[in-house]
Amino acid sequence: MGEKTPGGGISTGRRVLVLSAFAVFVVIAFVASVTLGSVRIPREEIWQSIFGAGAGTHQQIIMNIRLPRTIVAALVGVNLALSGAILQAVMKNPLADPHIIGISSGAGLAGITMMLVYPGHEYLITPVAFVGAMGAAIVIYILAWKNGIRPVRIILAGVAVSAFLGAGISAMMIFYSDKVHGALMFMAGGLAARSWPHVFIILPYAIAGALLAFLGSKHLNILQLGDEIAKGLGLNVEMTRVVMTALAALLAASAVSVVGLLGFVGLIVPHATRLMIGSDYRFLLPGAALLGAAVVMGSDTFARTAFAPTELPVGILMAVLGAPFFLFLLRREL
Amino acid sequence: MVLETKNLGVKIENNEILKNVNVAFSEGKRTSIIGPNGAGKSTLLKALSSLNTHYDGQVLLDGEDVRAMGRQELSKKLAILPQGATAPADVTVAQLVDFGRFPYRSWLRPSDPKADREAVEWAIDRTHLNDFKDRRVAVLSGGERQRAWIAMALAQQPQILLLDEPTTYLDIGHQLEVMNIVDEINRDYKMTVVMVLHDINHALQYSDEIVVVKNHGIFAHGTPKEILTVDMLAEVFGVKADIFVNSQGISVLSPVSLVGEDRGGWRA
Repeated sequence: MGEKTPGGGISTGRRVLVLSAFAVFVVIAFVASVTLGSVRIPREEIWQSIFGAGAGTHQQIIMNIRLPRTIVAALVGVNLALSGAILQAVMKNPLADPHIIGISSGAGLAGITMMLVYPGHEYLITPVAFVGAMGAAIVIYILAWKNGIRPVRIILAGVAVSAFLGAGISAMMIFYSDKVHGALMFMAGGLAARSWPHVFIILPYAIAGALLAFLGSKHLNILQLGDEIAKGLGLNVEMTRVVMTALAALLAASAVSVVGLLGFVGLIVPHATRLMIGSDYRFLLPGAALLGAAVVMGSDTFARTAFAPTELPVGILMAVLGAPFFLFLLRREL
Repeated sequence: MVLETKNLGVKIENNEILKNVNVAFSEGKRTSIIGPNGAGKSTLLKALSSLNTHYDGQVLLDGEDVRAMGRQELSKKLAILPQGATAPADVTVAQLVDFGRFPYRSWLRPSDPKADREAVEWAIDRTHLNDFKDRRVAVLSGGERQRAWIAMALAQQPQILLLDEPTTYLDIGHQLEVMNIVDEINRDYKMTVVMVLHDINHALQYSDEIVVVKNHGIFAHGTPKEILTVDMLAEVFGVKADIFVNSQGISVLSPVSLVGEDRGGWRA
């Protein structure tokens, strides 16, 4: 991949180039997401609407539907990608993603219970799913704790708890099979009808989470060298692991509670970024955040326009496109 | 800086590995820890380096309890290279060595780029890796890779260097290369070196002092000449060995048979 010397590393120049390319993707995906949709709106009107000069239905569509939905997509992408990237270092496991710390199963069971058992309280789904996600993450953490945290114990406890909660989800779907449609949408993960309130739910987590993650990038670099080396270099390994896992849980829980169980972003985006930019978290984290935003915005645009008027949940598209792309990268790089 | 233990005891899952260990490592000297498998050599090194802090008694650095010192402060004085270290596939030698500067950085305190650069260059130079610094660690040979890890430990600019079996899995040429680097650093900078060695002949050739660990404690502690006796080898390792002097005037050993075993009959 354009290395100067055989066996050489990835140069800083290349890292900056990749980051710039990701930033361009973000801009393209944003513009596409705002301009494309089932209602055709002339370009001048779009910019007039955003900058406060427009009026009428088109302005409503832009300001209250497309723009907030696009922003939610971007923030969800940022949060899930950062969460996955953090967990891969914390667990020292390339397959780590927000699923393994119980975020998905916790949010899933809580959100679906809310939807099926107490219908008509849609506004409560997001906070309840958030509580469920954090609750599952905390339970897994407690179960895995034994003189500190070992990644293997977290992963195994995560598998067990997720299976347990997954059984609960399946049971709910069977008991309430007559109104399971909304639950299925939540399980697949989608951005339909996401608007400003959702932006404001996820925004504080995205800002605080990204800031803390970037501050911790040097610590994550050290953690990748393994526990003993990290301790030997003076890192408080247990503390770093607890703080960073909690951060990953908050990032993923805020995303999942807003859009449902959007899989693959947390696994594939950090990996794709790592393969292109290397494992230095000072570059990997911003790279993953940009790529995550671009990928979710782009996929959502495609998902709601390609088969219009039918809208595909973005989660399904992510998996369909993401898995082959991931395999392509894997074959090429390893 | 003197590294010593006071009544050190280590239990792992309720098994007593070390009991009442009192040992002091002489400043500026190379000390090797030898002993049979499972005697607690690595356990001792892990306690000495605070990789394991769940122990009874104390580990002291110039009389100060290391547990009161703070992990990061300790890492500027004492560096440890454990066994089987691995780095991400794309990390270059220069990047790996730069990780050795981590103890000098923190959330709030900005690093000193000049001091960092000088320390990294010095460490790379001392381990003869100048031609390899932009290579990825993953593509290096075993000997080069081990030198890169030693360079990372050196970039910590420690006064005490702890090494856990630094020559395991290397061929004899690379083993000597690694031991020579350690030797030079000890000689030129009076850095105290404490290493667990599997190969007793290496310990004899490259140590000022040898600590023999057996039965949860220190069996003997002295110069190679004092330590190397037929009785010690029989009692600690259960082997009969010939001891002879090599061309450098160093006593070395060649194991002949297990104690109580009659090799003569078996051979015929």
